[in-house]
Amino acid sequence: MKRSEEIERLERMAREVRKDIIEMLAEAGSGHSGGSLSACDIVVALYFSVMRHEAQNPQWIERDRFILSKGHSCPAMYACLARAGYFPLEELKTLRKFGSRLQGHPSKANGLPGIEVSTGSLGQGLSIANGVALGLRLDRIGARVYCLMGDGEIDEGQIWEAAMAASHYHLDNLCGIVDNNGLQIDGPIDEIMSPNPIAEKWKAFGWNTIKIDGHNMEEILEAFAEAKRIKGKPTVIIAKTIKGKGVSFMENVVDWHGKAPSKEQAKVALKELESS
Amino acid sequence: MFEMKSTRDGYGEGLVALGEKNSQVVVLSADLTDSTRASMFKERFPERFFTMGVAEADMIGTAGGLSLVGKIPFCCTFGVFASGRVWDQVRVTICYSNLNVKIGGSHGGITVGEDGASHQSLEDITLMRVLPNMRVVVPCDAIETRKATINAAEVVGPVYIRFGRPSIPTITKEDTPFILGKAISMREGKDVAILACGIMVYEALEAANDLDKKGISARVINVHTVKPIDEEKIFEAARETGAIVTAEEHQLCGGFGSAVAEVVGKEFPVPVEMVGIKDRFGESGSPQELMQDFGLTRFDIVRAVERVLKRK
Repeated sequence: MKRSEEIERLERMAREVRKDIIEMLAEAGSGHSGGSLSACDIVVALYFSVMRHEAQNPQWIERDRFILSKGHSCPAMYACLARAGYFPLEELKTLRKFGSRLQGHPSKANGLPGIEVSTGSLGQGLSIANGVALGLRLDRIGARVYCLMGDGEIDEGQIWEAAMAASHYHLDNLCGIVDNNGLQIDGPIDEIMSPNPIAEKWKAFGWNTIKIDGHNMEEILEAFAEAKRIKGKPTVIIAKTIKGKGVSFMENVVDWHGKAPSKEQAKVALKELESS
Repeated sequence: MFEMKSTRDGYGEGLVALGEKNSQVVVLSADLTDSTRASMFKERFPERFFTMGVAEADMIGTAGGLSLVGKIPFCCTFGVFASGRVWDQVRVTICYSNLNVKIGGSHGGITVGEDGASHQSLEDITLMRVLPNMRVVVPCDAIETRKATINAAEVVGPVYIRFGRPSIPTITKEDTPFILGKAISMREGKDVAILACGIMVYEALEAANDLDKKGISARVINVHTVKPIDEEKIFEAARETGAIVTAEEHQLCGGFGSAVAEVVGKEFPVPVEMVGIKDRFGESGSPQELMQDFGLTRFDIVRAVERVLKRK
């Protein structure tokens, strides 16, 4: 497929996934809109272009692994998994419902194919990703590990423990992504607990850093390709994003962190996404 | 006269035995390689040994990740850090996902000695046993610790093993079987049952000797597995003796004694007296001084037996 066709395909998929996110959140009546939408393009790129994986074989030993450290953004991951064929699309409607495999935060315990590990308590995913990367290298398996973090999440000390360890162990089969949408629950990250300058911190920890527009599919793909090429150190992509991206009344609004749209609001959102 | 050996040595030997027979076993250490005896594994299998530095949460998460690709990781640090500092990581990363990670919590109890309160793990049994999917083992001597460590790799899922710093009497034999969840009768008796774990099993045996001289027949049971606890054995002890004393080198609140009382209370209520630490932090001192001051000696067990018999 030509490069621009690839980009278009991924952008179309991202639009569908955004619609899935809005629909499933409205149906659930609760959940995390803002961070799911800001992460969407990255997660779509991973599942539909960058990662080697097989929906029919979720345990394939050579698969690339995706660890959603910012677990609350699971609607984005669930939608991608469904669209990739891990489970039926209709199951997205069961998000957060009693007995559902689609728990409020990713759960390995409920049998949903494609979930590598339970997350939701922030700051833990990068350590896990490191362990996977270490284990793969020990067994000489060439698969790569991707770990998506939030820019509020990087307040957590454990992220920096893991950052230190990834560099110490030269985990070049690991690629982190920071969904830098600039907002956390209490407000803008600059006001609440500023992690800036983000890229410089990762660089100081020994990582290769790449800054991109997190909604530009071309930049996203190039960044992941560069990460694959870098040897001897892990790479982190600092993706500048807009929380709530794609839905005008959600974009950049702090309140939409942990809120789901009402059925009415969802209708408006879906119309916007349809015509985008 | 018993051989004196530390349970942490037993852990180290267990790790080496595992290293030899199971290529999937890996060991992680949070900068306490020598103290926890992870060093024994490191010397033999350096390519499977990972230093994590003073970063316990990272160690737990990394172990979780290693288990996802089929490794059997053993995390090594002091009990205070292995249970307290990283409780959320153990809860969410390990237990909620039911990952095959083993945690060796060394330096359990007051007998850590001079380092004092911050390093004396008096709450780890409570903290770990309350987590779903977690098994909790408190072996009584070096031999049992070695067996428990080897056994942990055979269990599929999270295991927490609590062991200690000082040399203590070896009271079990090489051929004493170790079965997770199966308490061991150490001494028969009919007037009272003393249920103990860890170093208190030896103290319980000594107490039973003292009680014998007073004409009291005390049964001693080594409950090495606090979770899943051997309910049948406890039920049998309650039914057959009518009085129970528990003994642990640990807070009374929510610990081993509580676990026993939960079973007794629901199955066959009999008077229970508990020997353990009464809601205080540790202190610097020699292990012997501390055992005395904190009420963890054979004399304390004897007194507890005398109290419980009055309530029968």
